[in-house]
Amino acid sequence: MSMDRRKFLKIAGISSILGLGATAASATHNLWVKGLGPEEVDKNKDALLAKRWAMVVDMSKFKTEDDFKKTIDACHQTHNVPDYRNADGSVDKKFEIKWIWTAPYERAFPGQENKYMSEHIKDMPFIVLCNQCDNPPCVRVCPTKATFKYANGITMQDEHRCIGCRFCMAACPYGARSFNWRDPLGNNPNGTPIIKNENREYPKRGKGVVEKCTFCTERLAVGKLPACVEAAPKGGLLFGDLEDPNSEVRKIVENQYTIRRKSDLGTGPGIYYIVGGSDHA
Amino acid sequence: MKLYDVGKIFIGILVFAAIAAFPFYYNIGRVNAKPEPKFDTPAIQEWEKQYGKKECVESKEFMRAEHMQLLNNWRDSVVRQDNRGYLSDTSHKRFNMSLQNGCMNCHSNKKKFCDECHTYMSVTPYCWDCHIPPKEKEENKS
Repeated sequence: MSMDRRKFLKIAGISSILGLGATAASATHNLWVKGLGPEEVDKNKDALLAKRWAMVVDMSKFKTEDDFKKTIDACHQTHNVPDYRNADGSVDKKFEIKWIWTAPYERAFPGQENKYMSEHIKDMPFIVLCNQCDNPPCVRVCPTKATFKYANGITMQDEHRCIGCRFCMAACPYGARSFNWRDPLGNNPNGTPIIKNENREYPKRGKGVVEKCTFCTERLAVGKLPACVEAAPKGGLLFGDLEDPNSEVRKIVENQYTIRRKSDLGTGPGIYYIVGGSDHA
Repeated sequence: MKLYDVGKIFIGILVFAAIAAFPFYYNIGRVNAKPEPKFDTPAIQEWEKQYGKKECVESKEFMRAEHMQLLNNWRDSVVRQDNRGYLSDTSHKRFNMSLQNGCMNCHSNKKKFCDECHTYMSVTPYCWDCHIPPKEKEENKS
């Protein structure tokens, strides 16, 4: 059988298109691959739902060091965030993992500081956490889609998929992501346990994955507010649906002057700050 | 034809056979008991009292053969889609798709439930690298 060049190319082209189609079809197989599937998969009945979860941080409500500590500890306790310490009890910066922490003004809002601003604001620690961006750079760079957006605005982290490449850490302009350099087992050199009273309702993370705040996705799913919001001084952290015109956060963002961290980068952060405020301004 | 070094050859064959057969005689006399996972935790007994039978999320046969697939699907559903409720096709009951707060609430005996078969089959799923198993009393060595 003889075949001219044109006919050969036609057949080769058609068969490769058919081949690609078959691969695509087999790749989009059902989530419930084999055997019985569920009748229904859905959210829990009492889950809190939103179009765009957001938070307002009212810094005037944080007065004492204890207010910060309580808020941060509540989060880190709930999520089994390891606490790495040096032999002298100071934080081991090499291993440190943080979901919510404090940063001075010039770190939280770089470029906003000026020579004559009040010492109070200059020295005040600001509560900072993952900004749950509208357009998160971490999601864009993740090669495995281990970090991704929920429809409700939360930037979620799937530890099962994370390969520990740390692109997301390089991409995040807020330093909101921490890498697990080691398994969180045993005690620190100063004798304190790395994970104190582990929360048996939440997993730990192993060596080689990146972690961050998830806006307490697992608590929202059972109708609870995020752990930090509950532990913060009253009104210090407000949590709600920014797309809901009647929500507290929306009203504050509409009626008061709030700023966001590095919003000029175009990430669309979802954490709004009320700086200064009543007491000291 | 003459066979050279008969002695050495036979010793060699014997040594080889001894090494090759090592796994067989190493296990002689060891009872290779079939794994028998236990389903007698307080939570399961409570369930049995309430509903009149022991039942899992899906049928026993399905769970035995496909629990890894089911757990994978659960994980994807929970982590990727944020859907945590599972309405069973078999029992028409609603379950919380969670290892730590679902499965292990009933099967609080990881050693006699998970490890029993996994050890026998020599599989080491990495669930427990991060997920925290329920607290168990150390078994009395009798």
